[in-house]
Amino acid sequence: MQVIATRPNTLTDLNFTYCPGCLHGVAHRLIAEAIDELGMRNQMMGVAPVGCSVFAYKFFNIDMQEAAHGRAPALATGMKRARPDMNVFTYQGDGDLAAIGTAEIVHAANRGEHITVFFVNNAIYGMTGGQMAPTTLPDMKTTTSPYGRDVDDIGYPIRVCELLNTLVAPYFIERVSLLSPAEIMKAKKAVLKALTYNKEERGFTFIEFVSTCPTNWGLDALESRDWAREHMLPFFKVQNFRDKGIEEAK
Amino acid sequence: MAEKVLMKGNEAVAEAAIRAGCRLYFAYPITPQSELIEYMARMMPKAGGVFVQAESEIAAINMVYGASGCGRRAMTSSSSPGIALKQEGISYLAGANLPAVIVNVQRGGPGLGDIQPAQGDYFQATRGGGNGDYYTMALAPSTVQEFADMASLAFDLADKYRNPVVILADGLLGQMMEPVEFLPAKTEAELKELDNQHLDWCCCPNEDEPNHHHHEINSLEIDPVVLEQHVLRLGEKYDKITANEQRWEDYNINADNEILVVAFGTASRICKSAIDELNDAGHNIGLVRPITVWPYPYDAVYKAVGDKVKKVIVFELNLGQMVQDVKIAVNGKVPVDFMGKVGGILFSTDEVKAKIAENLEEAK
Ligand SMILES: Cc1ncc(C[n+]2csc(CCOP(=O)(O)OP(=O)(O)O)c2C)c(N)n1
Repeated sequence: MQVIATRPNTLTDLNFTYCPGCLHGVAHRLIAEAIDELGMRNQMMGVAPVGCSVFAYKFFNIDMQEAAHGRAPALATGMKRARPDMNVFTYQGDGDLAAIGTAEIVHAANRGEHITVFFVNNAIYGMTGGQMAPTTLPDMKTTTSPYGRDVDDIGYPIRVCELLNTLVAPYFIERVSLLSPAEIMKAKKAVLKALTYNKEERGFTFIEFVSTCPTNWGLDALESRDWAREHMLPFFKVQNFRDKGIEEAK
Repeated sequence: MAEKVLMKGNEAVAEAAIRAGCRLYFAYPITPQSELIEYMARMMPKAGGVFVQAESEIAAINMVYGASGCGRRAMTSSSSPGIALKQEGISYLAGANLPAVIVNVQRGGPGLGDIQPAQGDYFQATRGGGNGDYYTMALAPSTVQEFADMASLAFDLADKYRNPVVILADGLLGQMMEPVEFLPAKTEAELKELDNQHLDWCCCPNEDEPNHHHHEINSLEIDPVVLEQHVLRLGEKYDKITANEQRWEDYNINADNEILVVAFGTASRICKSAIDELNDAGHNIGLVRPITVWPYPYDAVYKAVGDKVKKVIVFELNLGQMVQDVKIAVNGKVPVDFMGKVGGILFSTDEVKAKIAENLEEAK
């Protein structure tokens, strides 16, 4: 018998506690597989956010720190500076990274910290029960935008990759989606690339996952993927924004 | 004996921290502590350490958290408004059992206040300061020498108890120059030892494959029964600190004291001058100067209230904060009076003398 699929070593034996249809588990698995494949596990440490993925520190089978809401890039800065021989990633939701933690992500990126940031954009605050996020789409209803996001009142969603792409320092910025097996395979390639650059100490690397929140969107797993494809992908375009590795290779 | 050098408190504490093995410093500029961050910017690179000017005090304390979670000596500093911003991070450090050193060069408040010396952050420093049930040790220097010496003491205590330690100075101590003698810098071997002391819990390389470790730095316990145990363990730690780490200075304490003065930090310096003059004139005034304002030396203050003491007078550069602890300590044995000065203004020696003298009159 031949083993063709198994749990990555970089995941612990705990079962994920995510809702049915949630894509945090998929994102965790991609990251864990990539860490295994690149042989980085013994040198890797991570930072968990405040949000649905708050227990990421239990799920990743490496040394982990749990950050205050939004502060993961600051922790990662301290960690990388304290142990430059190790590699660091953060894992953050859109409320965590693009609202309360806006200053920390912008400045970590601007300093070109040698860390990888995984940003899971589900256009909503999952953990606290479906409130409006900085990435909530125009007219989208949430518990704190019950009449739909009014962009004249509260502004448009923030496109984080585009924002960070205005900075000079970042080395790699890419937005991927997790809405189908083919997209997940493509996302895996981006994750591998970001972590390879991380391993090679190239600079700041950033991946945004366009994700879903079936529970708080009030949809089932498949409907939520369709909804994301129809509403999120036109606003949050899947593309590579920055790859200094390619530029340098020229 | 090492040579004495004339230095500002802000620079002296920075130099002493580097000598004590601090190789990671993160901060945001603010008066009257900016000489500290500027000294670190100049000297950390020379010591092979890390200096990062953070985007905010919130980011700075969280960088300290990350570095400390990796088992390394890390420090931040600020002045009152910036220390207020750090409280989130300090609470998380305490909750995660992480050592760290935080220097507060206090200025007048509330809000933006002013940039002159004050002691208005006493409550914050001695009562946790952020959310939840926790304490940080709070060391209050009164000279530039003591300010510098506290850097190494603070790191040792932080490591010993795995708890944040605050050095509660003020703008006067930060800005004034006094002769300082430094402890010798840690040797390479000592630094190595420091680096290795936390390997059983900190984020560090997994060298023990395949039985690799999984260390979690964390203050979250979602199960109330587990959180209860966690907080009770923190409580035991605070009890231990309270039992072992009270520090204070007795100044002219004797059985014939007529009045007992209690003051800390800069205020205590002015009180000492006033007491010297009064004692030269034939009075007998004693002073207790708490050095740790948490844990508070309650017993020391109580014991200093001799049989002939008619009154205890507390002098602070605030509206009356430590006086509450003094009342707890004195426990009704004699009346406790208070004189404060706010707005970043110091009382003069004459004002202190007048306040004590007025009580000497009453005491008769
Ligand atoms: C300082 C602070 N403010 C607010 C909260 C409450 N809170 C917890 S999770 C969260 C939102 C998380 O949303 P997001 O980052 O989008 O992640 P998701 O849960 O959707 O994965 C909030 C507001 C908190 N824990 N701390």
